[in-house]
Amino acid sequence: MDINVPALLAQLLVGLINGSFYALLSLGLAVIFGMLNIINFAHGALYMMGAFCAYFLLNLLGLNYWWALILSPVIVGVFGMVMERTLLQWLSGLDHLYGLLLTFGVALIIQGVFQNYFGSSGLPYAIPEQLRGAINLGFMYLPVYRGWVVVFSLVVCLLTWFLIERTRLGANLRAATENPTLVRAFGINVPRMITLTYGLGVGLAALAGVLSAPINQVRPLMGADLIIVVFAVVVIGGMGSIMGSIITGFTLGVIEGLTKYFYPEASNTVVFVLMVLVLLVKPSGLTGRAT
Amino acid sequence: MTTITQNSVPTTTRRPVRDEMIAFAIMTVLLLVVPFTGVYPFFVMQGLCFALLACAFNLLIGYGGLLSFGHAMFLGTAGYVSGHALKVWGLPPELAIVAGTAAAFGLSVITGLIAIRRQGIYFAMITLALSQLLYFIYLQAPFTHGEDGIQGIPQGKLFGFIDLSNTDTLYFVVLAGFLIGFLIIYRAINSPFGEVLKAIRENEPRAVSLGYKTDQYKLLAFILSGTLAGFAGALKVFVAQNASLTDVHWTMSGEIVLMTLVGGLGTVFGPVVGAFVIIAMQQYLAGFGQWVTVIQGVIFVACVLTFRRGIVGEIGHLFKRSL
Amino acid sequence: MVEATTLQRPVSSAAAAALLSVRDLQAWYGESHILHGMNFEVREGEVVTLLGRNGAGKTTTLKSVMGIVAKRSGSVIFDGTDIGRATSDKIAKRGIAFCPEERGIFASLDVRENLMLPPQVRPGGLSLEQIFELFPNLRERLKSQGTKLSGGEQQMLAIARILRTGARFLMLDEPTEGLAPVIIQQIGHTIARLKKQGFTILLVEQNFRFAATVADRYYVVEHGKIIDGFANSELEANMDKLHTYLGV
Repeated sequence: MDINVPALLAQLLVGLINGSFYALLSLGLAVIFGMLNIINFAHGALYMMGAFCAYFLLNLLGLNYWWALILSPVIVGVFGMVMERTLLQWLSGLDHLYGLLLTFGVALIIQGVFQNYFGSSGLPYAIPEQLRGAINLGFMYLPVYRGWVVVFSLVVCLLTWFLIERTRLGANLRAATENPTLVRAFGINVPRMITLTYGLGVGLAALAGVLSAPINQVRPLMGADLIIVVFAVVVIGGMGSIMGSIITGFTLGVIEGLTKYFYPEASNTVVFVLMVLVLLVKPSGLTGRAT
Repeated sequence: MTTITQNSVPTTTRRPVRDEMIAFAIMTVLLLVVPFTGVYPFFVMQGLCFALLACAFNLLIGYGGLLSFGHAMFLGTAGYVSGHALKVWGLPPELAIVAGTAAAFGLSVITGLIAIRRQGIYFAMITLALSQLLYFIYLQAPFTHGEDGIQGIPQGKLFGFIDLSNTDTLYFVVLAGFLIGFLIIYRAINSPFGEVLKAIRENEPRAVSLGYKTDQYKLLAFILSGTLAGFAGALKVFVAQNASLTDVHWTMSGEIVLMTLVGGLGTVFGPVVGAFVIIAMQQYLAGFGQWVTVIQGVIFVACVLTFRRGIVGEIGHLFKRSL
Repeated sequence: MVEATTLQRPVSSAAAAALLSVRDLQAWYGESHILHGMNFEVREGEVVTLLGRNGAGKTTTLKSVMGIVAKRSGSVIFDGTDIGRATSDKIAKRGIAFCPEERGIFASLDVRENLMLPPQVRPGGLSLEQIFELFPNLRERLKSQGTKLSGGEQQMLAIARILRTGARFLMLDEPTEGLAPVIIQQIGHTIARLKKQGFTILLVEQNFRFAATVADRYYVVEHGKIIDGFANSELEANMDKLHTYLGV
C-alpha cells in the first residue's frame, strides 16, 4: 500500500485536534460526574455556547479571539453555575438517571433556542491574525492555528490535571468526591464547591468551543453529535482518572484520524466500534473502576 | 435514594389487577370508536405505534431500571427492513412485519449483550452510542437511501385479502398490533420473570445472592423490549409509508424517553398516555419550528424537577391505585 | 430508670459553664426515629463519654450535634449559640471538630493531604510539629496513600487532622474500635494530653474500661435517650447498673 505521507499527517493532525476536544470535554464530564454524580448531557450544548459566545464577543463587542479565549469560558461557566444552582441542585438524593434526563432537556432547550435564531448552517469565525499561515516542518506544512489548538488544549488539560491532583484545592475536590458529608463537616462549603466544579467543567467545554470556532464554524448543533462521541470516549476510558480521560481523548482522536486516512467510510463509527470492543474485553473501561 | 421508578409497586404486594382491567377496557373501547368520531385516523395510528414503542421502552426502565437512550435504533431498523421487504423484495405485509421485527430481535440480542455489561448511567451512554453507530451505518448503507430514506412504501394486502391501503382497515390492523404488543408486555410484567426483574431493579446484589442470573434476566428484558420496539417500527411503516433516518436519530430516542416520562415511568398505561400527549403536542406546534424542541426540553426539565410520577403516576397516586 | 429531669442537675461538682448544651434533641434517618429527646451537657475542659449498646443512638447524637443528620429538632447550644439548625460546615466553623467511627481517611489523598484537608476554623490549632510530637508515626508516612496506613495509624491521622483546625471541642466516635491494646493505650495518652491542653472532648465508647482512663463523666444512652449519668468518681459504685445497661 502506498502511503501518502503529507495526507496521512494531515489526517493525524485533524485527529489530534478532535482528540483535544474529546479530552477537554471528557475531562469536564469526569470532574462533574465525580462531584455531582450527574452525566452532563448539556455538555455539547455548552460547548456550542462557548463558540457562539466567541462569535458574539467579536461581532457585537469587537472583542477578538484572545479575549474570547478568556471570557467565553467564564461567561458560559457562570451560566453553568446558575444552571447548577437553579436546576441541578434539586436532584441530590435522586437516581443518577434523573440528572441525565434533566441535562438532556436543558440541551434541547439551549440547542432549540439557538436553532431558532441561527438556523442550522454555520457562521464563520476567522482565524486570529497571529495564528494564520503555516509552518514548513520539512515533511509537511503545519497550519499554525491547528498546531496551536493541539498544544494549547494539551496545556489546559495538564493544568487541570495539576489543579486536581497536585493542589490543596484539588485535594478538597477529591476528598469531596469520596465523602462529601465528612468534608462538609470539616467546615468546607461543599455546595459551593459543587457549583464551582460544575462551572469548571462547563468552562472547559466552552473553551473547547472557542478553539473549535475557527475550524468547524459556529453551528447550533455543533455539540449535539460530538457529545455522543464523547460519551463513548468516557465509556472507553472510564471516569475514574483525570489523566486517563486526557490520554483516552487524544488517543481516540488519533485513531479516528488514522481511520480517516486508511478507511474513511468508518471514520464516523470507529470510536463506537472501539467502545464495543473495549466493553467486550474489559467492561469496566480502560482506566475506570467497575460500576 | 429515590429510584427512577417511584411509581412502581414493591415486588411483595399483589398488583391490583382489577383496576388495570377496567383501565384496559376503557382504553380499548376508546380506541375502537376512533374511526367513527372524525378524529384524524393517521394521528391515532401514529400515536399507537409510538405508544407501543414507549411501552416497550418502559418495560426496561420502569421494571428493569435500565434507561436505554438508544431505543430509536430498533424502531428505525425494523422500519428500514420492513420497508425494504415491502418495496424491493415485494413481500406481503405479514412477512414484512416479521422481517422487520426479526431484524430488531437480532439487533437487540447483539446490542443487549454489549450494553448489559455496564449499569446505570453507563448503560444509558452505551445504548446511545450504539444507536449513533447504527445511525452512521444507515447513513452510508445503500439500501436505506441515506438522507432520502425509503419513500413511497406500498402497504399491500395483509394475508392476501386485507387491503391496508384502506385507512379504516389499516387502523384496526394497527390497533390489533398495538393491543397484542401491549398485552405481551403486560403479561411479562406480571409473570415470575417480571417479578425477578423488579427484584433486580430494587437490589441487584440481593437478587444475585438469591441465585438469580441477573444478567440473563436483563438481557431477556432488553431483547423483549427491543423486539417489541421493532414491531412498533414495522407497523409504523404502513402508517407513514416511509422509513427514514429520523427514526434512528438520537432525537427520536429522546422523544421515546420523554413520552414515557410524561406518562409515568413504571406505570402500565403511562407510556400510552405520554405518547399521545407528545404526538398531539408536535402536531399542534408543528408550525413553530424549533420551538417544539425547546418545549420538549422544558417538559423534560419540568417532569424531572416537579412531576416525576408522570400523568398516570400522579393519577394513580391520587387515587392510591397502581395503573 | 432515672427521669430525664433529674439529669439536668449537674452531676459533677465542677461549676464551669456548659460549652455544649443539648436539649430535647430528636433525630430521624428517613422515616426511622432514632433520637427521642436527648438532654445532656458538656462543660469546658471536660471529657464526657457517651456509653450505650450498639444502636442506642450514640453515633447519631454526635452526627446530629455536627449537623450531619439533616432531619433533627431540639436545641443544641454551643458556646452560647444555638446551632440546632445550622449546616455542618457552619457548625464546624464555630469550633467543633468530628472524628467519625469509620475514620474517614480519604483514599485519593496522601497522608499530608489528609492532614491538611480540614481548614483552620480558629487560631490556635496545633502546628504540624506539635502533631508529629503526638503522633511520631505520621511524620514518616506523609507521602503514603491515606488508606495504606495501618488501622492504628489511620485513627491517629483521623484525630491529628482535626487538631490542626483550632477547634477546641472534639467529638471522637469510638476511637479505639478494632485497635491493638498498645495503640489503645497510646490514644488514651493522647486524649489525656489534649485534656490537659484544655480541649473539651465528647467521646463515644463501647469500651468503658478505656473510657474510665480518660473520662470525667458518663452518660448512658438507650433507645435514643439519656437514661443515666454519673461522674468518674462514681464509676465503681455504678458498676452493677452499668453492666445491666450495657449487657456485658
